[in-house]
Amino acid sequence: MLLAQVIVGGLLLGAIYALFSSGLTLIWGMMNFINFAHGEFVMLGMYVALLVVVWLGGGPEAFGFAAAFALFVLGVVVYLSLIRHVMRGPMLAQILSTFGLALLLRYTAFWIFSANFVSLPQVSLSGTLNIAGILMPVPQLVAGVAAIALTFALHLLLTRTTVGSKLLAVAEDRNAAMLMGIRPDRMQALAWGLAAGSAGIAGALMAVSYPWSPSVGETFGLTAFVVVTLGGFGSVPGAMYAGLIIGLIQALSAYWFGPIYKDIVVYALFVALLWLRPQGLMGKA
Amino acid sequence: MTKSSAMMAAAIAAAAVLISAPPAQAAGTVKIGILWPLTGNAAAAGQASKAAAEVAAEIVNNKHPELGNLPLAATEGLPNQGGAKLELTFVDHQGNPSLAQQLATRLITQDAVHVLMGAYQSSCSFTATAVAERYGIPFMVGESAALNITGRGFKWVFRGTPIASDYAATYMRFFEDMKKQGKKIASIAVVNENTDYGTSVADSIEAAAKKNNIPVAIRIPYSASSTDVSAQVLQLKEKQPDVVIFISYTSDSILYMKTMKNLDYLPPMVIGDDTGFSDPSFIPAVADVAQGAMNRSAWDIGKPGSTTSKINEMYKAKTGRDLDDTSARNMQSFFALADALNRAGSTEPEKIRDALAKTDLKPEQLMMGYNGVKFDETGQNILASTYLIQLKDKAYQLVWPDKAAAAKLDWPMKGWKQ
Repeated sequence: MLLAQVIVGGLLLGAIYALFSSGLTLIWGMMNFINFAHGEFVMLGMYVALLVVVWLGGGPEAFGFAAAFALFVLGVVVYLSLIRHVMRGPMLAQILSTFGLALLLRYTAFWIFSANFVSLPQVSLSGTLNIAGILMPVPQLVAGVAAIALTFALHLLLTRTTVGSKLLAVAEDRNAAMLMGIRPDRMQALAWGLAAGSAGIAGALMAVSYPWSPSVGETFGLTAFVVVTLGGFGSVPGAMYAGLIIGLIQALSAYWFGPIYKDIVVYALFVALLWLRPQGLMGKA
Repeated sequence: MTKSSAMMAAAIAAAAVLISAPPAQAAGTVKIGILWPLTGNAAAAGQASKAAAEVAAEIVNNKHPELGNLPLAATEGLPNQGGAKLELTFVDHQGNPSLAQQLATRLITQDAVHVLMGAYQSSCSFTATAVAERYGIPFMVGESAALNITGRGFKWVFRGTPIASDYAATYMRFFEDMKKQGKKIASIAVVNENTDYGTSVADSIEAAAKKNNIPVAIRIPYSASSTDVSAQVLQLKEKQPDVVIFISYTSDSILYMKTMKNLDYLPPMVIGDDTGFSDPSFIPAVADVAQGAMNRSAWDIGKPGSTTSKINEMYKAKTGRDLDDTSARNMQSFFALADALNRAGSTEPEKIRDALAKTDLKPEQLMMGYNGVKFDETGQNILASTYLIQLKDKAYQLVWPDKAAAAKLDWPMKGWKQ
């Protein structure tokens, strides 16, 4: 029974990993561009949720949408003002630009919100469900289900809609897409918006159960990179499976071997898998 | 030499004299370099301690006769150093021990500070004090509790705070007391973050428990940056100890309390070893689920009008919050350091060191509930001690030992059950 509890907890955690990693993989898949500020987008999503709850008295639906929208706008702005320009520069400039952006966002957050840890006040999402003796905290359950649904929706958007086809066309061959009447800049701005928006909503969902401070992005940023690499760069379903797998392995190894060993187990398996399958679970070789 | 070139030469000579003239001693300053985590996971504690040090410097540098017996409060600056003022230089080591080491070196070699203080995380104090020892600059460890910081044969390191073994001994005395009152303490659990601080305190508690024949049902080391602690809580739930002692930093202690509620696990008593449980973010985040959780503290605001209450008012005016135990212990160490700087009568490192070694502050000269400040040959304050406090509603109240208690101890804790 306890084991079932551990597995459920691991999967709920993994679903959140999946959601905040899908944005990162999207940008990589679209533009071969690594966004080091992704963890900071998650962090900003958490603060947007806090502001909506504290100032406007909003519930989970309100702060979820608010965080998604605010971060979508930020993503588009970041693309148009920064990324579009550094894309023309050398590879190193591209890498360092988002690294600089990450520091800028983190320290701006320190300045505005102070270094104190904050938590979301008790909102309507609280309590624990008891299903056949397995306890499921409602906030994590809602976050987990929403995370899987949104990751799935993002996947459908990319594979089943015209917008998705356009996005993928730009990723495939920018010039050819331009010849077909697609505006690459618009599409890539949209990709950044979607990526940042999904990070924002992930942050809002996580804010319900985790205390955080402006430096939380570091922790989540690293996890996101591991999830994306394991899942295969550019694959949204890959990120989902990888997120669930990592959450599950972390929970099980923390329970069996002790919490200080959980990351050793996760990263050992991670390195082993990359050795066997460098493109990740679902990446294209 | 023409007349004008002679004048030019004279002017240059005069300017050179002016530039190289030492600043007048009377208006001198004594520079204190302070290393704290001002960003990163422990930033909240670092920022709170920074504010406390600034208030303490304000008290020393200006006249505050209303603060009673507190050394240097009534006078302006350091009287024995011609009224010299304290000048604080803060640096941010982000909780990173190697950065703490670099910054300590920089403070000594570039900023030419006279003494050092810091560094919150025991792991950072450990590396930074080694630098001070190498350069022969006195280092006051404000509140880091790991045993290994003193006791390395260092001559330049002093520590004002109680340490891991003091805390462990306090918990054991408390358990004895509870058993006498008929409370059941058949076994305890120790949950510790796995850097120097948590490991050292947990080791001390395990050793003390063994000596006192209290079985440790389980010891769980974990990393303070964990984003999920369900596995740990489930392990506790399986073992059913009567008391769980958490040696945790901020986000992890909040996460533990919330996860315990989510997984419906409430032990008869939880004791937090200060730190995370004393962080300003702790109470607002978990007051509704952690009612009755205990914590240690040598700080008590005291009655209105008392010296401690007045100090708290000054701190509150600056930060909007009450002074917490961590910052207060740093502040007390700062006052002990200032007292030694004054008695040294000089900024020479040797003289400051000797003055520190001769420190003998009485309980009535302190803002903390210690029995005094007096350093042994390892630099450890041998008169430091602590109280136990309990979370009631939205504040901690002093509940043990009985002679100092302001409120009645609730056992078992209520947690989220009202």
